[in-house]
Amino acid sequence: MIRPLIVLLLTLLSALPASANPALEAVIARNLDQIEKPSRRTVEPLVAEIAATGPEGLALLSAWANRSLGVSDNGRLLIVEGDSATDAVTGQPVPGADLTMLRPNSGVRGVIDSALVAGEISSPDPARRASALASIARDGTAAHLAALRGAPPEADPTLAQQRERATNLLAIRFDTDPAARVAAINGLAGDVGLDFRAALNPLLATTRIAAPAEPQANIVRELTVGDSDFPKEAAIALLTTQGVLQPRLTPADQRNALAANIVNGTVSGIPVADLSDPAARDRAYEALEAAGTVPPAATDAEADAALAANRFFETYAEPNPDVTDAARAAQVRAQVRLAAMTGIDLGLDALSLASIYFLAAIGLAITFGVMRVINMAHGEFIMMGAYTGYVVQTLIPNRTLSLVAALPLAFVVTFGAGVILYRLVIRHLARRPLETLLATFGVSIALQQLAKNIFGTQARPLTAPAWLEGAITINDVISISSIRVAIFVLALLFLGLFLFIMKRTRLGLEVRAVTQNPGMAASMGINPDRIAMMTFGLGSGIAGIAGVAIGLFAQVTSELGQQYIVQSFMTVVVGGVGNIWGTLAGAGLIGILSKVIESFNPSNTLAAQTFMILFIIIFIQFRPRGIIPQRGRAAEA
Amino acid sequence: MTRKPFILRNPSILVVLAVLAAFTLVVTALSAAYGNGVIPTSTVKVLGKTLCLALAAVAMDLVWGYLGILSLGQMAFFALGGYLIGQWLMYARTEGIVAASLAQNPIPPTAQELQEGVANQIFGVVGSADLPLVWSFAHSLPLQLLLVVAVPGLLALVFGWLAFRSRVNGVYLSILTQAMTLALALWLFQNDSGFRGNNGLSGLQNIPGLDAVDQATLSVWFLWASALALALAYVLAAWVVSGKFGSVVRAIRDDETRVRFLGYPVEGFKLAVFTLAAMITAIAGALYYPQAGIINPAELMPIASIYLAVWVAIGGRGRLYGAIIGAVVVSLLSSWFTGGRAPAIRLPGYTVNWVDWWQVALGISFVLVTLFAPKGIAGLFDWLAGALPPQRHGRDLGPDQGALQEGEAKA
Amino acid sequence: MSALLEVDSISVSFDGFRAINNLSFNIGEAELRAVIGPNGAGKTTFMDIVTGKTRPDKGDVKFGTPSKSLLKMNEAQIAREGVGRKFQRPTVFEDQTVAENLTMALKAGRNPFAVLGWRPSKASVARVADLAAEVGLAAQVARKAGELSHGQKQWLEIGMLLAQEPRLLLVDEPAAGMTLAEREQTTALLVRLAETRAVVVVEHDMDFVRRLNCKVTVLHQGSVLAEGSLDHVTRNPDVIEVYLGR
Repeated sequence: MIRPLIVLLLTLLSALPASANPALEAVIARNLDQIEKPSRRTVEPLVAEIAATGPEGLALLSAWANRSLGVSDNGRLLIVEGDSATDAVTGQPVPGADLTMLRPNSGVRGVIDSALVAGEISSPDPARRASALASIARDGTAAHLAALRGAPPEADPTLAQQRERATNLLAIRFDTDPAARVAAINGLAGDVGLDFRAALNPLLATTRIAAPAEPQANIVRELTVGDSDFPKEAAIALLTTQGVLQPRLTPADQRNALAANIVNGTVSGIPVADLSDPAARDRAYEALEAAGTVPPAATDAEADAALAANRFFETYAEPNPDVTDAARAAQVRAQVRLAAMTGIDLGLDALSLASIYFLAAIGLAITFGVMRVINMAHGEFIMMGAYTGYVVQTLIPNRTLSLVAALPLAFVVTFGAGVILYRLVIRHLARRPLETLLATFGVSIALQQLAKNIFGTQARPLTAPAWLEGAITINDVISISSIRVAIFVLALLFLGLFLFIMKRTRLGLEVRAVTQNPGMAASMGINPDRIAMMTFGLGSGIAGIAGVAIGLFAQVTSELGQQYIVQSFMTVVVGGVGNIWGTLAGAGLIGILSKVIESFNPSNTLAAQTFMILFIIIFIQFRPRGIIPQRGRAAEA
Repeated sequence: MTRKPFILRNPSILVVLAVLAAFTLVVTALSAAYGNGVIPTSTVKVLGKTLCLALAAVAMDLVWGYLGILSLGQMAFFALGGYLIGQWLMYARTEGIVAASLAQNPIPPTAQELQEGVANQIFGVVGSADLPLVWSFAHSLPLQLLLVVAVPGLLALVFGWLAFRSRVNGVYLSILTQAMTLALALWLFQNDSGFRGNNGLSGLQNIPGLDAVDQATLSVWFLWASALALALAYVLAAWVVSGKFGSVVRAIRDDETRVRFLGYPVEGFKLAVFTLAAMITAIAGALYYPQAGIINPAELMPIASIYLAVWVAIGGRGRLYGAIIGAVVVSLLSSWFTGGRAPAIRLPGYTVNWVDWWQVALGISFVLVTLFAPKGIAGLFDWLAGALPPQRHGRDLGPDQGALQEGEAKA
Repeated sequence: MSALLEVDSISVSFDGFRAINNLSFNIGEAELRAVIGPNGAGKTTFMDIVTGKTRPDKGDVKFGTPSKSLLKMNEAQIAREGVGRKFQRPTVFEDQTVAENLTMALKAGRNPFAVLGWRPSKASVARVADLAAEVGLAAQVARKAGELSHGQKQWLEIGMLLAQEPRLLLVDEPAAGMTLAEREQTTALLVRLAETRAVVVVEHDMDFVRRLNCKVTVLHQGSVLAEGSLDHVTRNPDVIEVYLGR
């Protein structure tokens, strides 16, 4: 009821002719010289006064802050927009005015801005209230705190919540009453937002001081010299910075002092040639000290005396212990929840990595299971799939469409490549895994170089459609990019498809038969050669699809496959062969493990990979046949 | 069975030694330092390095051709050898430079200042100024030489013990050796592992204490050393694989289980050969990198070890001279083709540029060799000598997968 | 009679299938024993357990005097204790000569360094020649094992077992694929061998077993069904039921 009325009123007001806002007119007339030359310290009441005069006042303030306010010869304030100027009070256009632009400094603009924001909070328009809150959250001041507290109750529940949060955050920083700050901290307890943690940090900032007796301060704890986090050197350095102790002599200073005092090839009677011995240097320096040529340096004895005479404390910069206690408790809670959330985030990351490894390794596992051969060119099939995706994208501009076309096409291309490789090479090396490994390696280097020759060495883009870009964000901590979710879904899809083929189709039955006993299968009329060819093609085809998926988030280069091949091998080895669940378990284990190890030291992914490989080598000790081994007497042979 | 002297029972040893000696003499006579300079110093270095690669290939053949383990991690030992000798080369040389620069100061440096200076010089590039613990022995040539053999040997011993004990074999073992190399490479790539991260060690061609000797002379000395090492290792390897030990090793390759039932501790034999090969490879690396001048972790990425296997396969595995032939022929051809000196083939509409196409050709020829000439180049010698393999009617030599099949195996 | 090999209530299952079920079994010094049974009775698994290839889920296997448990040893250690095994399929090293095969099997130091330092002596050369003659391969000493016929390979393997000088010999279907004359030769050899050591023969061929003229153990579903002379067990109704058929 009320809101449309206000809007109507405002429209009417702005339509009124000159001198529509006499209050503003009066304020300006009284303070024109201060508006022209404002000072950060004194401008605040003036700004508040102008803001109180209504919409024209706010418009004037906003122009002032934006440096688009000018003052004319006759003392009128004009708002300049491009080439035209309007009178700030009347809103009438003033053509051809002779203006001096006002250029308030940043301090003044800050004051104006906060006043504006404070005004905005009470704005009838929810969008403007929201943007005002966002602006306060970004860069709040003590004035905002007062404005927030003074503002009329918020009707919109979301905004009300946001406002309460902003008020609490500002109270933690700016409120003068400790009890209010504690209340604010407790009001936000359990929150893991970055801004809350940032607000807590300055409260918990500590400094170390040395003093003969316990100082009047908010003490965290007393430090013991020699503890692991407070070695003697740190104590001495602290004493030196506080001026209690003379600076100790650095070796470089000592050498320079000695060099400055060489007389006839000796320093205080000690030949220069002997000064390669640190003890001789000390003796020479002491002699110089005794002669008064060099300033005395703190000796070990002095240092020890100073250490003994002083106690060392860690103190909070914040004087009120209630506040620091509350802040500490809130921080601990935040950290615990944060750790839990980081764990969830890590789990999501690990899941997505595991899906990638699963997709990359599943083809390898199938061929290994059926034929006992490792296809070293598997990585190149992944690469081939990625390049297929790239080529399709250059032909079909619509990204969604091209992706839909690329997935089956990549499968077809790599399926064909796999079948050709099988017919030409692998079939002739049947039951000789090591030879197959090497021959397929030859294929791998040839394919890699071929890709270089065709596509060049620079990375080719394979761009995801818009609906796959971005991320699903749950809060500051937990988020996962849409592509990775898509890959996870793809991996699930393939797991399902694979299970369907293996358990529900004739091909699957024959594949399982050949895997378990090729001789027996052959005598039942199954052609093991055809089955091997089909599974090899299938494995290669899945590699192609994995290639498209990987290409969406990684760079498509001729070395793309190499980056995943070793991990794929590991997945197969760790998981155990001849069983899709083994591959799944292997991919899961390796994915989780890489992420967990990485989380210990996020900056050093190389170390993480090293440790992961070491872990796998050790793991093989205990499960030589993988997590889910092939069982039965056939596997023993 | 009458006992002839060992050398006479293996006439190929004499041939290899003679060819090696002749090669060394010819190169020396044509070098810039000791002859008419027909062969430029850079080529002498390439030849010297090739001998080192041949040495590594001999070790690879011991492990793969005789023991039947396709190790895809041999180059890890090679690079380790290089790193360990590189530590001394770099430390000693930097020490000389730092000492000279500190001597400019009015006050002579203390031992600590000298060490700090050296550490700063070597590790400034990775933002560190402390000498890592792994450099504790870098000041001493004898200790570091000992480490060249001891560290790779120990690594092979520990890794081999873990792997063989759990009876990992075949493709699994190959993948595991590859993982070992990759782990080592990734570790060395880190800046804080103490080996200068991806910068590696450099300036290794300058030998401390031999500043007066020019590179032309040094290159010939290294050629001699490499040739000598190859000759000694060849004789050692030939001795090891002859006699009963060789019999057992080849038996393990063909049928490990049966050897166990004969009462032989198979793991012990595997470990002995694997460790010996690792040490030989490390020595090869220690001779190689002073000629190459620089070593970095990229040298021990798994691909390098696979190339080693390629050389041995093309040369002919299970025959020591085959390994040498393969390493020499393929590595020299590779450097010729990728060096841009090979003439391009002009086809109508396309010019085959060997820099781009050599890898493709190598890959394909490797597939062809595996398919059609499993005995490699050395098979030619059998063919010339008319020595036919035993007729086994195409059967496997052993029940284990991966055992040699008819037409490939020959002692 | 003190037992050389004592198998004490062992059981083993593969994937839920009980291959050996509470099997107990004794062999004395210098005893010849034939083990028969239908397919899947656990004959081969029993050998696998004694030679260390398979570990039983429970039970114990003791060997020698004083007796030692074989369960803590690996295959090679068991072989060195004096248990030799002849496989069903001839497994010789086809890429090596008959002499090399026999030399490898000769009783001598088995650790790598002992082998590296081992050099043929007059005695060893003579022993290899004797063994080759004993198994009828004197003319084939320098030939590769891969070039031998199936029967010759069987003999070579037996020769290798003799060279090992085992105290207990486990022989899996020695007569398979042999001619009648070769079978008779094999029987004679096994009987002669059993004079100085224990021999366990697993065989399907009843005529062959009859010719061995020794105590017979019948295995069925992983445990002993009957034991005694061949005539005794062939009259046993259980044995007729499950094995011989009516």
